[in-house]
Amino acid sequence: MSASTQSIGGQSAADRAILLSARGITKQFAGVEVLRDVDLDLYAGEIHALLGENGAGKSTFAKIVAGVHRPSRGVLLLNNARIEVLSPLAAQKLGITLIHQEPISFPDLSISENLALGRDDGKPLGRVRWAELKREANSLMAQLGIMIDVTRPMRGLSIADQQMVEIARALASESKLIIMDEPTAPLTPKEVETLFGISRQLRNEGRSIVFISHRLEEVRALCDRVTIFRDGNKIATEETKNLTDAEIIRLMIGREVKGYIPKHKTTVGEVALAVEGLTLPGRFENISFEIRKGEIVGLGGLVGAGRTDVARAIFGVAPAASGTIAVNGQVVEIREPADAVAQGLAFVPEDRAVAGIFRTLPVSQNITAAVPEMIAPKGFIRHGLERTIALDSVKKMMIRLVSPRQPIGELSGGNQQKAILARWLLTDPKILILDEPTRGVDIGVKAEFYEMIGALAASGRAILLISSELPELLALSDRVLVMSEGQLTGDFARGDATEESVMHAAVPRRKVVGDAQAAA
Amino acid sequence: MTTNLPPSASSQDASKPLWRATLMRPETMTLVLLVAAIIVGSLLSRFFDSLSFILESATYYSEFSIVALVLTLVIISGEIDLSPAAMMALSACLFGSAFQAGVPIGLAMVISIVSGVVMGAFNGFMVLWLRLPSLMVTIGTLTMYRGLAQILAGDRSISKFPTWFVGVDYRELYGVPIPVLIFIFASIVLAVVLGTTILGRQIYQIGTSEVAARYAGIKVRRIKFMLFVSMGVVSAICGLIATSRLASVRYDLASGGELQMVLIVMLGGTYIFGGRGTILGTFIASWLLVIIATGMTVADIPVTYQLTVMGLLLIVSIISTNLIYSRNQA
Repeated sequence: MSASTQSIGGQSAADRAILLSARGITKQFAGVEVLRDVDLDLYAGEIHALLGENGAGKSTFAKIVAGVHRPSRGVLLLNNARIEVLSPLAAQKLGITLIHQEPISFPDLSISENLALGRDDGKPLGRVRWAELKREANSLMAQLGIMIDVTRPMRGLSIADQQMVEIARALASESKLIIMDEPTAPLTPKEVETLFGISRQLRNEGRSIVFISHRLEEVRALCDRVTIFRDGNKIATEETKNLTDAEIIRLMIGREVKGYIPKHKTTVGEVALAVEGLTLPGRFENISFEIRKGEIVGLGGLVGAGRTDVARAIFGVAPAASGTIAVNGQVVEIREPADAVAQGLAFVPEDRAVAGIFRTLPVSQNITAAVPEMIAPKGFIRHGLERTIALDSVKKMMIRLVSPRQPIGELSGGNQQKAILARWLLTDPKILILDEPTRGVDIGVKAEFYEMIGALAASGRAILLISSELPELLALSDRVLVMSEGQLTGDFARGDATEESVMHAAVPRRKVVGDAQAAA
Repeated sequence: MTTNLPPSASSQDASKPLWRATLMRPETMTLVLLVAAIIVGSLLSRFFDSLSFILESATYYSEFSIVALVLTLVIISGEIDLSPAAMMALSACLFGSAFQAGVPIGLAMVISIVSGVVMGAFNGFMVLWLRLPSLMVTIGTLTMYRGLAQILAGDRSISKFPTWFVGVDYRELYGVPIPVLIFIFASIVLAVVLGTTILGRQIYQIGTSEVAARYAGIKVRRIKFMLFVSMGVVSAICGLIATSRLASVRYDLASGGELQMVLIVMLGGTYIFGGRGTILGTFIASWLLVIIATGMTVADIPVTYQLTVMGLLLIVSIISTNLIYSRNQA
C-alpha cells in the first residue's frame, strides 16, 4: 500500500526551498476517485493559487494537506521529511493551518477564547491567564486592522469578521503553511485588501499560503504561482504572470464534450414559466427569465452562485421576498411546495438524500408520494393499485430493484434519482426543475437521464436544468442562463453558449485590490 | 496508509419470510410481554381470572390510554406533546368553574372542549409558526396550563355535579365500562386512519423525512397543526371522563400523566424520533400496563415496586425496539 518511494528531486527547486511536497496523492470516496496521482511542490514564501471547477479536487487536496481527509495513496513531505497528517490538530502541530470556507468556531465562546483554542500548555488543571489571552487577542486583531471587542462571543459576528478571527488564529499559531479555502467570498473589498496585505506580509516573512478562489482577478493580484485542477487531476502548475485569463479558463475546463449526449430537436411553444424580478436578499437579486413549452433552459454557474436558491424560491421551499412568478401567463402565489405542485411544477432537488427520498420507506411509497389521489381514489389506499402504478414507473424508468416493497435507501443513487423523477412524472408536470439531476449517478445511467430529459421537453414540458457539469449543460440546453453571486450574468442562445463564454460569466468579477481605485 | 472506506451498502433481500417480518415487528415484543404478564398475574392471584375485574381496573387507565393513541400519531410525525395531562386539568377546571358559576352543564362541556382546541392550537402555533422544538414548547405549556388550572381552581376541589354526569366508569355497555369502550372504539378508528388512509401515510412520511415530505408537496404544517389540535381536543374529552369518574375536579388532576402516556406509546414500539410505530402497539401496551398494575395490586405487591417494574419494562421494550429498527436498517 505504501505506494511512493519516489525521491523528491532537487532539480526543479534548485533555486527555491520547497516547504511541502505532495507525491502521488490519490483520494477515493466510496470507491470513486476524486483525486488522482497529484504531485505538487509548494515553495517556502510563496502564495500559491489552486484553481479548478467545482469538484475538480482542489478542496479535497487542501483538506488532505490539512489533515481533514487522509489520502488513499501517496505521500506528503514537509521540509523533505515524510509526514503523516492524521488530523487537523496534527496538521496544526506541524505548522499547517486550514481556514475553512465556512468558519468553524465555537459561537458561544469569546473571540479571545476562540483564538486560544487548540493551544495546550500540557497542564490540564493550569490556570487560564485571561488578561494575557485578551492582550494577545487584541494585538492580533490590531495586526489585521480590525477594531473589535475581543471579549464578544463569536455568535453575532458577521461571516467576514469570523473569517478574520480564523485568519488571526492562523497568525497566532505561527503556521508555516496557511491554506485559505475561498476566503474572500464573504469579505468586502476593503477587507479583501486587508487580507491581501497581510498575506503578502506573511509571504515576506517566509511563510507559504495556499489560496483557493474562483476569482481570477484576485488570483492575479495576489498569487505567485497557480496550479490548475480538473476532474481530480493536476493539469498544470505555472507562474501566474505566464498565463492569460483565457489560458487559465481553458485549462480549467479543457476536456472534450462527451459525444453520448443526444441533441434533441426543439419546437418551443408559448411561455410556460415567467419569473420577474425575483429577489431574496443575501441569496439572489432581480432574477428574471422565461421558459417556453418544450424548451430546456440551462442554469449554470459556480456552486454558491444562488442557482439552487432560485429553484427553491420558484418551488416555494424558501419563497422569494419580492418578484413574481407566472405560470402560463397567470401570476401565481407559491408559498409552499404544495402550491407549486398544484400549479403543475415539479422539482428534483440537488440534495436527494435529504430532500428527495424517504430512505426507510418502500420504493413504491416513494414513487407515489406526490399523487395521493391516484392511489386512494376514495381516501383509502388501495395497495394493489399503488403496486401497479409503482411497477409501471419502475418499468418505464428502468429502475433496478428487487421488489417495490424494498426500502429506497437500498437502491443505488441513480435508481433513487429515477424513482424521484418517476414520482414527479406521475403528477404530469408542465414545468420541471431539475437541480443537478445527474449528480452521484453513474455514467451509463447519466445517458439514460439525458435521453429522458430530452424526451420530456419534446413532449411539451418546460424544463429548468441546473447543472455544474458544463458539457451536460451545453449539450442539453436550448438556452443557457448563468448566475454569479446571486445575479444573472449571462443569457446565451444555444449556438453562443460555449464552455468559455459560460465560464467567463460564471466567474465573479468583483473589483479587487489595485483595480478598486482605478475603476472607481 | 489504508483508508477507511465506508462499507458498501448491503443489498439485503427485501422480501423476508412472513414469520420473520412478523417477529421483527416492534409490537410483537409488547404482545409477548402482555402474554407473560397475564400468565404471571394468573399465577399470583385467582382474582385475576375475572375479566370484569380487569375491565373495571382498565377504567382507571383508559384516559391516559386514549390520549396515548393520539400521541402515537404525534410521535410518528416526529413531534412530541408533553402537555396533555396539563390540558386535561385546565380544561376540566374550566368545565368545573363554569358549571359552578351557573353555566348549564352542556355548555360547560363545550367550553372545556373549545379550551382544548385553543390549547392545542397554541402548542401548534409555537412549534410550527415560531419553529420552536415541540419538546421545549410543551414542557413550557405543561407547566403553564397546570399553573393556569391552579389559578382558576385554587386548592379547592370542585364537585356537586349532577348524578347523570358522574360515574361514567360504572356505566357499561355489553359489560364493558364506557371509558374502555371509548378507548377500544378510538383505537379502531385511529388504526384505520393511520393504516389505510392518505393522511396516515403522510404522517409516516413526515416523520421519516420532514424535508422530503415538504418537497413532495405534502402539507406538513397543516397536518402537524391538526395533530396538535387533536391532542388538545382528546385531552379535554379525557379531562371530562376523569372528572366524571372522580366526581370532582382539582387543579392537580392527572398530575404526572404525561410521562405515563409517553411510556405507553414507547412500550408499544413507536420510535421516539418518528416515522415508525402503530396504533396496535399502543393498544397492546395500554393493556400491558393495566394487567401489570392490577396484577401487582391483587398480588399485594406494594405500589412502591410498581414504578420499578414499569421502568424495567420500558427499558426492555426500548432495547428491543431499537434493536429491531437498527436491524431493519442494516
